Amino acid sequence: MNTPWWRNRRLLPLLVQAVVGLLVLVTIALLLGNLVRNLSAAGLLLSWRWLNLPAGFDISETLLPFNAELPYWRALLAGLVNTVRVVLIGLIGATALGTLVGSAAFSSNGLLRRLSRTYVELIRNVPLLLQLLFWYFVVFLSLPNGTAAIQLPWAVLAKSGLYLGSTQLIDGVWHGSLRITLEFAALLTGLIIHSGAFIAEVVRGGVAAVPRGQWEAARSLGFTPGQTLSRIVLPQALRVIVPGLNSQYISLAKNSSLAVACGYSDLYSVAETTLNQTGRAVEVVLILLGTYLAIDLIISLLMNRLNQLVQIQER
Amino acid sequence: MNHRLLPLASRLRRELFATPLDGLISVGLVVGLGAGLQALLHWALTQADWAVVQANSTLLVVGRYPLEQQWRLWLLTALLCGAAGITWGLLRGRGWPRSDRLAAAVLLVLGVVLPASLGLTAPIQQRWWWITGLLLLGRWAAGCWGAALPLRWRRLLPLAWPVLYLLGLGLIGGGLGLMTVRPSQWGGLLLTLIEASFAILVCFPLGIALALGRRSALPLLRWCSTLYIEFIRGAPLITLLFLGQNILGFLLPGGLAPDRVWRAAWILTCFAAAYVAEAVRAGLAALPRGQWEAARSLGLNMAQTLLHVVLPQALRVALPATVGQFITLLQDTTLLSLIGLLDLLGVARAVMANPEFLGRNAEVYLVLAVLFWCCCAALGLGSRALEHRLNRHSLRSEP
Repeated sequence: MNTPWWRNRRLLPLLVQAVVGLLVLVTIALLLGNLVRNLSAAGLLLSWRWLNLPAGFDISETLLPFNAELPYWRALLAGLVNTVRVVLIGLIGATALGTLVGSAAFSSNGLLRRLSRTYVELIRNVPLLLQLLFWYFVVFLSLPNGTAAIQLPWAVLAKSGLYLGSTQLIDGVWHGSLRITLEFAALLTGLIIHSGAFIAEVVRGGVAAVPRGQWEAARSLGFTPGQTLSRIVLPQALRVIVPGLNSQYISLAKNSSLAVACGYSDLYSVAETTLNQTGRAVEVVLILLGTYLAIDLIISLLMNRLNQLVQIQER
Repeated sequence: MNHRLLPLASRLRRELFATPLDGLISVGLVVGLGAGLQALLHWALTQADWAVVQANSTLLVVGRYPLEQQWRLWLLTALLCGAAGITWGLLRGRGWPRSDRLAAAVLLVLGVVLPASLGLTAPIQQRWWWITGLLLLGRWAAGCWGAALPLRWRRLLPLAWPVLYLLGLGLIGGGLGLMTVRPSQWGGLLLTLIEASFAILVCFPLGIALALGRRSALPLLRWCSTLYIEFIRGAPLITLLFLGQNILGFLLPGGLAPDRVWRAAWILTCFAAAYVAEAVRAGLAALPRGQWEAARSLGLNMAQTLLHVVLPQALRVALPATVGQFITLLQDTTLLSLIGLLDLLGVARAVMANPEFLGRNAEVYLVLAVLFWCCCAALGLGSRALEHRLNRHSLRSEP
């Protein structure tokens, strides 16, 4: 009864929370009040009707058919599909590269081990945007055209694009069963090489977390190196790797928004054009934030399911 | 000679040719790497035209900072280098261990070779010599007589850094009798460093507060912090910068919205704070509950527990991850070029758009990459050294 009120263990938490809650509410109210006032002064009060107006701009490459007469929402959807395309292929590529490089860190070959380290250190200390610009402007845009293009049995890499499948040169222009634009190829290369370095670290950490004794025990039981890896080490390493992969995958999805540097029309780049044409800043930003949040959540959900699969099944 | 060569040969054999497959891989790698390196050297020495970097070095470093005001930046550089030398000397004392001799040699070579290779004029080259000399002089003097200073003075010396930082911002921005240089005139490496240092300094306490909030027993604090952290972490930085440039003006009362440069700085800060909070939270989680309970039962109040028991230990655990976030933040400043600010990358892109230097992308990007790589690697190295120092300290204090 004698405790002063500022030492009261029931009252104090309530008081602190009340003050914090009030502060947050007042700040939000002030910000929203300003937003509504400023928006109505500019004649831009929240409305979604503009989404049905014709976009008036074209998108250089889309999976969904798109032209300038289609409405804004179709443009944004085409951008989203482009984002999803680069993220999906990027995830697969980066995982493959990361696993390769990460396991190279355990190779018996010293040169390979050092090369793996060098690659990771090199990539992690250079900004991704710089890397993307480098791939697009320095590497891909300086590719030769016509007969000088880089030709492989199943692919041709020329300045006009990457041609896959059966390729042929007609009047100095390449044709193939599948053409991938340089913008997409540059973005994909940059993202895969960047994320690959981070995933390699995750894989390396995961494999390093498996005690040496596990390797030795498996080998002395007569497992071949391949069996040791697939039956003993990998199942244990995956428990450490999967949560790390989750955050790297989300990073990759968010990093894909730098596509604008390579001139690839992803969601962010379409949204930027949309904003410039309509001035609908709040709506565009809401769409962007909501969509990226949704992509992150979907990746997280899938990876959490995977995580449950690889965790120890305790009885 | 034989006894020195033999271990090398056997080591090479074990490292590179342990099995036939290893041998094959090694030979392939050596051939591939050799060809790549040769091509790179061939390009750098014969095909590359480094004039684009030489002609624009001032632009790349300070952007469109007015020429007649650049003495302020020189003064600031000299002050910073002097302070760095003195701090270095105080930390190391009289001796010059091998790492220090190596660092001094590297600094000397950089101070002489870099300005010369950039093709700077003789007076400016000499300024760099003076600045390098000042740094090493500070190291030497503080090493010799630092220990003789009264302890009370030496305690106050770390405070010189925040004072110097504020002084530096004043020198750069002007005011108080100096001509004002508006933030829109800052550019290049200068802008990158201002944005990164500001964001790093402010996001750290913010991140600690958010991490404590997220682990608080009070539900409202926990929810607010969690909501903020997850919201920020769910969004790509570029969309947040986009939000800052396009919506912040609507959110704040007319005229109160900061300049575009400071808007970006605040967005970077708020963005990094969420990630730093997660790093600090991991450090807090690593701390046994008993530490809290012991401190509380000794009669320490909440603030004392945090300040003297919890945070020193948690931050030590969180140090590598936190510095990792700072490195990411430094790299993320390149995104400012996408929203039209003239940071290092923004200036570089402007330079490359100049018809005079068309097609010289590779040289500029390479220089930028080396610069970023050195800064980030130095931060990482510093973090590891600090970690080592702190761990050594903790081992000594525990019997």
